[in-house]
Amino acid sequence: MSFHRGRTSSLASGLTARLAIFIIVIAFLVTPTSWSQADGPDPVLAGSDSALASLAPITSLVAEDNTYDNGNALRLIWVPSIDDRLIDSKIIGYRVYRLAGAGEPRAIAELPPGSNQYLDETVLRDSVYSYYISTLSERAEFPSNRTAAISPQREWINLDRGYLFLIALAIAGAVIYYVTVAKRGKKLFVRKIAGLEAIDDAVGRATEMGRPVLFIPGIHDMDDVQTLAALTILGRVSRTIADYESKIFMPVARSLVMTAGREVIKSSYQAAGRPDAYSDDMVNYITDEQFGYVAAVDGIMVREKPATVFLLGAFFAESLILAETGNSVGAIQIAGTARPAQLPFFIAACDFTLIGEELFAASAYLSGEPRQLGSLKGQDVGKVIAMVVMTVGVIALTFAEAWKIEFMQDILDRLSIIFSTN
Amino acid sequence: MRQLVPLTITFCVGTLLIVSVFIPPLGDLERTFTLWFDIIAVFAFFLGGGNLLRVHINKLRRRKTDWGFSIVTLAGFSTMLAAGLFKIGNPGDIATAVDAPGSMFYTIFDSVVVPLGSTMYSLLAFFVASASYRAFRAKNREATLLLVAAFIILLGRTPFGLMLTEWVPDSFSLLQIPNLAIWIMNSPNLAGQRAIMIGIGLGVISMSLRLILGIERSYLGGDNA
Repeated sequence: MSFHRGRTSSLASGLTARLAIFIIVIAFLVTPTSWSQADGPDPVLAGSDSALASLAPITSLVAEDNTYDNGNALRLIWVPSIDDRLIDSKIIGYRVYRLAGAGEPRAIAELPPGSNQYLDETVLRDSVYSYYISTLSERAEFPSNRTAAISPQREWINLDRGYLFLIALAIAGAVIYYVTVAKRGKKLFVRKIAGLEAIDDAVGRATEMGRPVLFIPGIHDMDDVQTLAALTILGRVSRTIADYESKIFMPVARSLVMTAGREVIKSSYQAAGRPDAYSDDMVNYITDEQFGYVAAVDGIMVREKPATVFLLGAFFAESLILAETGNSVGAIQIAGTARPAQLPFFIAACDFTLIGEELFAASAYLSGEPRQLGSLKGQDVGKVIAMVVMTVGVIALTFAEAWKIEFMQDILDRLSIIFSTN
Repeated sequence: MRQLVPLTITFCVGTLLIVSVFIPPLGDLERTFTLWFDIIAVFAFFLGGGNLLRVHINKLRRRKTDWGFSIVTLAGFSTMLAAGLFKIGNPGDIATAVDAPGSMFYTIFDSVVVPLGSTMYSLLAFFVASASYRAFRAKNREATLLLVAAFIILLGRTPFGLMLTEWVPDSFSLLQIPNLAIWIMNSPNLAGQRAIMIGIGLGVISMSLRLILGIERSYLGGDNA
């Protein structure tokens, strides 16, 4: 009996053990994430898969304060797992865990394979944090050691930008100096800008032909300095139009530009003594949508056949579509933008093009006011600095590369530090 | 007074933003001011939208030329406005994003606005051809130079360019057309672009200073406002 009982007991315990193993295996297969989301550095790993357990975690994990910020970022640097390979890698990425004080670890980011640093910008100043990073495979994760506790610090002055400050100070100082000199009555020479000289002729042509002038101020809003530059030129253009009793139409892509444009044109008409000729209909809002705006403006060009088109401001892919349509209706076109990629299109399709800085110089040039002309002269000091630095840089690089002169390499390194400010 | 208030705001904001570049605790100011600008721009949209409605309703009422297009504009405007405001067809509740996939707003945008935009963009191919034809006519020395450079770059980007100069020995590899094209893009072209960029950078500094110091005020309506 006892044997029988013992056999029964042995059978029962065998079945129980098999059932337990069966349940564990089923649970293991059905809920793979339950073990892959380990929330601590202890290796709660793949368990049965010994091949997976052999993956190496990352090493040399260091948490350091991100310099020159408001105490709101910590930087993590590490050496990736030695199993992190380009080909046949079992690693699918890294998961960053953060512990705030003595709190529980929380996953804050997942990074792709090959990552070796992470900037945590979700920390609070004066709080204490530590981190660890898990190396992820398809079915498991392998935590690294924890970093030492660290607290983000605030810096009051960004010393990395010291050189930038000095350069900005030199250029701004030169601008202010020449503005003061011009105010004292000193004559300043400014070279002729063909595109701006042609404004009167272009408006005159529109008057003679009895056709309107179309002014397009780009597709950006008032927070773009190019739009502001365009509006300063609009002041002069609309003043000439008011004097010549011609017509202007300005379709815009931004509501604020519409309001500002109306204000500028209204003032010009008042200054010309023709406030009655001004109408709000001279400036119309079309749409914020880039190509919707282009379609509308192209339609206006084809229907109204303006004699003169001004394309001044921030332009993107629409630059050539607008300029070519203007060209096809026989308009004289004056364009200007500070987007180097769009300049070739304007040069190919327009009669006059204000290249980059000429757009910003236009208001000073057109007003002829000494203070504004002085600012252009100050700008030239910046150009002189740029030319000197480039010449020195080219010479230093040539000598350092060709004759391995260490002194020249030092100059080159110094220039790199000065002009590689973040 | 109409100029004093905006000039004061410009001076304060401009100065603060310059200072914030060098003082990290003020680093978030740029984001804050951008947010404020966006809020103001949203209010200004009522002006823009109102203007659009006024212009097209007037056009319809007076039966001006092509008034039929105004019906399309007004219908499109009203439909998108209603779809966005009332979140018509939005999956989920009112808290979901206005452009959530499946919503009427998303559907119209994706199946009407995007293809129409692409259509306009595709016109660029034809305009590039016509503009290139004019630009590359060898009218003078500069235009001839431009033509030659463009020809080399066009050839260099095709297998034919490689085929033509494959025989050139490696010691003269720069003379192989693909390498010549790379050299033109990386040396003379990049140098010219950088010169323009430096000029633009200095122009922006000068213009910004004029705006901050109130020397330039024509964007406010000049001195007559």
